Amino acid sequence: MNTTNTVAGDYRTEKTLETFSFLPPLTQQEVYDQISFMLSQGLTPAIEHEDPAQATNHYWTMWKLPFFGEKDLSAVVSELEACHRAYPDHHVRLLGYDNYTQSQGVCFVVYRGKVW
Amino acid sequence: MAKKYDAGVKEYRDLYWAPDYVPLDTDLLACFKVTPQEGVSNEECAAAVAAESSTGTWSTVWSELLTDMEFYKGRAYRIEDVPGDKDSFYTFIAYPLDLFEEGSIVNVLTSLVGNVFGFKALKHLRLEDIRFPIAFVKTCMGPPSGIQVERDKLNKYGRPMLGCTIKPKLGLSAKNYGRAVYECLRGGLDLTKDDENVNSQPFMRWQNRFEFVAMAVEKAQAETGEVKGHYLNVTANTPEEMYERAEFAKELGQPVIMHDFLTGGFTANTGLAKWCRKNGILLHIHRAMHAVIDRHPKHGIHFRVLAKCLRLSGGDHLHTGTVVGKLEGDRASTLGYVDQLRESFVPEDRRRGVFFDQDWGSMPGVFAVASGGIHVWHMPALLNIFGDDSILQFGGGTQGHPWGNAAGAAANRVALEACVKARNEGRDLERESRDILEGAARHSPELALAMETWKEIVFEFETVDKLDIN
Repeated sequence: MNTTNTVAGDYRTEKTLETFSFLPPLTQQEVYDQISFMLSQGLTPAIEHEDPAQATNHYWTMWKLPFFGEKDLSAVVSELEACHRAYPDHHVRLLGYDNYTQSQGVCFVVYRGKVW
Repeated sequence: MAKKYDAGVKEYRDLYWAPDYVPLDTDLLACFKVTPQEGVSNEECAAAVAAESSTGTWSTVWSELLTDMEFYKGRAYRIEDVPGDKDSFYTFIAYPLDLFEEGSIVNVLTSLVGNVFGFKALKHLRLEDIRFPIAFVKTCMGPPSGIQVERDKLNKYGRPMLGCTIKPKLGLSAKNYGRAVYECLRGGLDLTKDDENVNSQPFMRWQNRFEFVAMAVEKAQAETGEVKGHYLNVTANTPEEMYERAEFAKELGQPVIMHDFLTGGFTANTGLAKWCRKNGILLHIHRAMHAVIDRHPKHGIHFRVLAKCLRLSGGDHLHTGTVVGKLEGDRASTLGYVDQLRESFVPEDRRRGVFFDQDWGSMPGVFAVASGGIHVWHMPALLNIFGDDSILQFGGGTQGHPWGNAAGAAANRVALEACVKARNEGRDLERESRDILEGAARHSPELALAMETWKEIVFEFETVDKLDIN
């Protein structure tokens, strides 16, 4: 979200992308920290991408299968980068599957699409 | 086998005090804090509580001999001192499973907190905890959706959800009310809420409110691309009216409705929960009247019992207090019943006021709702206390923002996300709270202004109902 467009008292509605989308885009180090957290919690990393025009759908396209058993931060980072290279105009999000709660413990957009 | 009928009044302890009894896994167990009248022994009092909350009456009756009282009676099986309180003691009572109708919280409460609370030999009586056997738990439906399903429906992961109660709580017209909802949601809240006493008053009839709120939710959702909702209060004077309102919410495609489980009653609540499961609607539960029942440390029912009963009766969210805000709530005690809402197994832990192991089996979890007198400065502590499976509701803390609801909502959302990010980075939320918030405010003028507005407000009074621990 662009936080510089607020003139005092004039709050414009923004398109946002759920968790962390109200913060400035995460730096590379900040993304690494979140991946480390996810791995330390025993979550299974997974990557999804989508055309921004379709992004309100629950289901985005999976980038490969979830990375079951992956413990290596750099492996997750290189998959994120590969997904972004293949779909430079898409949103790319990182999920952490929790097989105990059968939910996602983490989910945030790492790369935001160019036009949306 | 056959006994002779011996009419008259017996000592309760002859029949209902059973210190050698080993409770069965299927027994429903209860812990009461008993304050007897002077001159009555603890054993006699404990036995009287067991008798009066199960099969007994004050006099022997001949028809008792037509059944097997040994099979049906409740038994006081243990007495313990209350730390720091010489006038009271705890008694533990085991009730056979067959004393209760399957799936009926109403039936359990009618026995356990029925006539016995007016019993003359007792000065005060408080139901501290109930261990529901898994055999009983499995007969209850529980939350219509539960935490996991709700997260999936609302697409909210890795953080608490943000809400707020629309203010002023009474007196707005439906259209102006919908405006307030729209402003909060477009600014970044996930959910907004009807105040509990908004039902269908002359200034705003429920149909009008539902229609304008639905417009507000839809527009905010379309503009932000995020899933939004508003708890439409369907609490009403009769079950028929309650269901009519619920049906209309569904017709409007709304994701969530709300109910007041104590003023509305458990019969209404369980019925509505079943309706919600059938219709795929989330159910938010308010707890008006709870402090009448749970605040006195020696008399009434502890909220941990009401929270357990609600999880069994059914609800997807329950207000739990905030620990840090304007309403009563001890931290350890609150965490004790928050566990009862969310976990699948909660071990006995006296430091949290948990008297029994409680197995919830596969019953879905309930979101803990922290609401009342909280603002952005509380955010780090709230996240630390309540964790991700919670809903943090800032009413005045959203709508009291100098630039209005949308900016107030954005301020809270920025603060929340900054705190989640910091926690995941391994930072100490409470010790570094100022630093985390000030860092986030550098990118958010809305947050900076919110922090300036509420910097002086603290609510620090002693808790009235403290845990009895050494």
